[in-house]
Amino acid sequence: MINEIVKLVEPKKLEMNFEELNLPKNHILVKPTYMSICAADQRYYQGKRKKEALEKKLPLTLIHECVGEVLYDPKCEFSVGEKVVLIPNTPYEEDNIIKENYRLSTKFRSSSYDGFMQTMIHMRRNRIIPIQNIKPEIASMLELMSVAVNGIENFIEKAHDRRDTLAVWGDGSVGYVTALILKSYFPKSKLIVLGVNRDKLGYFSFADEIKLVNEVDEDFKVDHTFECVGGAGAESAIDQIIGCIQPQGCINLLGVSEDPPHINTRMVLEKGLTLLGNSRSGYSDFKKSVELLQNSQIQDYIENIICDRIEVKGLGDIHSAFEADLNNNFKTVMKWNI
Amino acid sequence: MNYAGILAGGVGKRMGRSDLPKQFLMLGSKPILIHTIEQFLISGEIDKIILAVPQNWKSYSEDLIKKYCESEKIDIIVGGETRNETILNICNHIVDTYCLGYDDVIVTHDSVRPFITQRIIKENIELCKTTDAVDTVVPAFDTIVEVKDNNTISNIPIRKHMYLGQTPQTFNVDTFIKVYTTLTEEEKNILTDACKMFVIKNKEVKIINGESYNIKITTPYDLKMASLMLGVEYKND
Repeated sequence: MINEIVKLVEPKKLEMNFEELNLPKNHILVKPTYMSICAADQRYYQGKRKKEALEKKLPLTLIHECVGEVLYDPKCEFSVGEKVVLIPNTPYEEDNIIKENYRLSTKFRSSSYDGFMQTMIHMRRNRIIPIQNIKPEIASMLELMSVAVNGIENFIEKAHDRRDTLAVWGDGSVGYVTALILKSYFPKSKLIVLGVNRDKLGYFSFADEIKLVNEVDEDFKVDHTFECVGGAGAESAIDQIIGCIQPQGCINLLGVSEDPPHINTRMVLEKGLTLLGNSRSGYSDFKKSVELLQNSQIQDYIENIICDRIEVKGLGDIHSAFEADLNNNFKTVMKWNI
Repeated sequence: MNYAGILAGGVGKRMGRSDLPKQFLMLGSKPILIHTIEQFLISGEIDKIILAVPQNWKSYSEDLIKKYCESEKIDIIVGGETRNETILNICNHIVDTYCLGYDDVIVTHDSVRPFITQRIIKENIELCKTTDAVDTVVPAFDTIVEVKDNNTISNIPIRKHMYLGQTPQTFNVDTFIKVYTTLTEEEKNILTDACKMFVIKNKEVKIINGESYNIKITTPYDLKMASLMLGVEYKND
């Protein structure tokens, strides 16, 4: 059948493409219904990636945060109309040691291949997970949640057990969701969130303490940290973290930076710190995120950061959504009606 | 119930070639007609699809459906002499085969418009629940010129008031039958558009936005364009 696919052909230029879609054996046909815009999509859209990256990746179909409804399952394991979350990671080999999101052969939608801005998508059977009792616009945040879950699960495995004080650097969407899930995992730990924008920090009502980064004094000490800043601010955040973190603490890095930050390795060595890289997520992280989102309080907190909801009926609406996203504090959700 | 009426009664005289009606020509790996039907098959809004084809192409159409998209949702019937008569045949088939409901709508669509979107189908059905009929249109970007004697311009309407009609056209099934039965024989012969039939009988016809790419494949040029859009090889042999 004919599938409509939206491609970013150059920064801020979208085109509607058509492709014949023939369902591979045992795949499931899914219609996307709600999508949310990630900063990574925004960087492609705005042309903020390096020239070589844009030349290599474009034309590209954006969006990797998406929920949808099953249109057809040849095995009838999923019912028609069943709501599902779509996993953007597609592994191509088995590995008992390396997680699927770190394998070099794994493909990731809206980066190494086309994302979800399509009328319909065929998915492998283990790349969709049913979602129930969750509003679909909130469920479109599941990918973001799964990234935080991946980071926190890695942290649990690698960091030492003294977790009295945990701190999140970053007052954006990744910081918010990471802090929220961290509080859910470690309700007894003191959770501190540090950022640069007092208004945005005001959203973090579940945290035990919020701080502006320029209010941090020499006595401020934390056991472990999560860096969710990324971009140009990552370097100063990591530097501040190295100063505040207790010896043998774990610095969980979740922020993406286009330019490599300088890191004070002398202090990393002196304090015996662990720098733990976290990126993307896999099936188990999505599964855990769906479980977490069964909690209505977490749903409410997640809903609070949906700043703009835009119904997409054509390319003009997609431009409006990306513009709105640029000017709001947290997340933009597109109701996909192409 | 929401029905789709796929109008495949044409015999493709404008194609200027093959004896095979245009709706059966290949676009990529499937006939044009199949691409169109598939869009209605995956729509969660459509309960039944009634495909109206020429009498002598009925068995051929049954073979195609069996080969590409066999489904209990699809009925195949013979179309009429005119477009409106074909739609009437579809409506009569609904009345004869299923229990006609007061709110039942029929989404009629050209079989040779395979680039129909899910949004267009959904909006046709939603709007038709509130009115007598719905037409799918796009704004006219070219100036429309009226020439009644095939020679001299008689009128140039204001462009911003002009739209180009596409399909689907969607009707309340019961209303369609009632309106059609009020037509004189002369009206039946001159009314080539089903929505026009509603308009001249003072019924409300609302519009929804189509898409410029919801093209009708009528000529070899159209088929070439459709092949290019889909990134597939154009075959015209």
